Amino acid sequence: MTTRVVSESTYIFVLLALLVLTVVTYLVSRVDLGKLNVVIALAIAATKVSLVALYFMHARYSSRLTRVVIGAGLAWLAILLTLTLTDYVTRTKF
Amino acid sequence: MSEARSYLELHFRDLEQQRETAELGMWVFLMTELLLFGGLFTAYTVYRSTYPQTFALASHELSAPIGTINTAVLLVSSFGVALSVHGAQVNGRKRLLVGLAVALLLGIVFLVLKGYEYHDHYVHHQVPGLDFAWTRPQPEQAQVFFFLYFLMTGVHAVHLIIGIAIVTVLWFQSYRRRYSPEYYTPVEVGGLYWHFVDVIWIFLYPLLYLIR
Repeated sequence: MTTRVVSESTYIFVLLALLVLTVVTYLVSRVDLGKLNVVIALAIAATKVSLVALYFMHARYSSRLTRVVIGAGLAWLAILLTLTLTDYVTRTKF
Repeated sequence: MSEARSYLELHFRDLEQQRETAELGMWVFLMTELLLFGGLFTAYTVYRSTYPQTFALASHELSAPIGTINTAVLLVSSFGVALSVHGAQVNGRKRLLVGLAVALLLGIVFLVLKGYEYHDHYVHHQVPGLDFAWTRPQPEQAQVFFFLYFLMTGVHAVHLIIGIAIVTVLWFQSYRRRYSPEYYTPVEVGGLYWHFVDVIWIFLYPLLYLIR
């Protein structure tokens, strides 16, 4: 039986990275960077979510089928967001 | 081996296949959850891009320190769940029980802090539908922000309450020595759910609390 036992030190390292990234998000939000603020905030959030999914949720070690399901979920989410937003970004204000 | 066989449902070839099937099932469910929250995030994106200034003003009414502390609380709780899975895998009973207990307690801490925030909004007339009041310009836009805030954090909190119920059951089952390195699927699958609730909060935190 193949078990993917992730070492404790990996979990501790991931937790520390997540906490550091949380502090960075907070500090960056206190500085005015214009439109970059939201871009940086989302980039950090995406990094944190990737860490949680890959290590805590073991996506890194999961079967190919599980990865396909995750990829499909993300693809549908992208379709939901982009197709809805095509309306809002193409509207002319009268 | 006789013990291992008792865990095996008769429609599976072996425990490995049984565990993978359960994990896949949870991931499929979590992807439907992703689309549920995705709809809310889409609504949020549309309204924030339509009313950027009012969303920033309204966001400043939320307590960024509490939001930050709650983010850390959920991250450490996820770490607890990850440790408990590790404990189950290596037959570390203490680690399994402590990891789940840490997650459970921190989940409750999160809800208490969230409740404190909700009460604060109630006192300051920031709950849409009750007695919403906004002395600054564009109250109708601020109301949309607060509606989305309550809807998104509320749906998230409901998920966390379900997560707490799941972890409570897992703790008692672990205490009764129901899990072993051969069979710990409920811990792994329940853990996936807990981490997903954390994942949603990781996005809610900057989007609601940290708008400039």
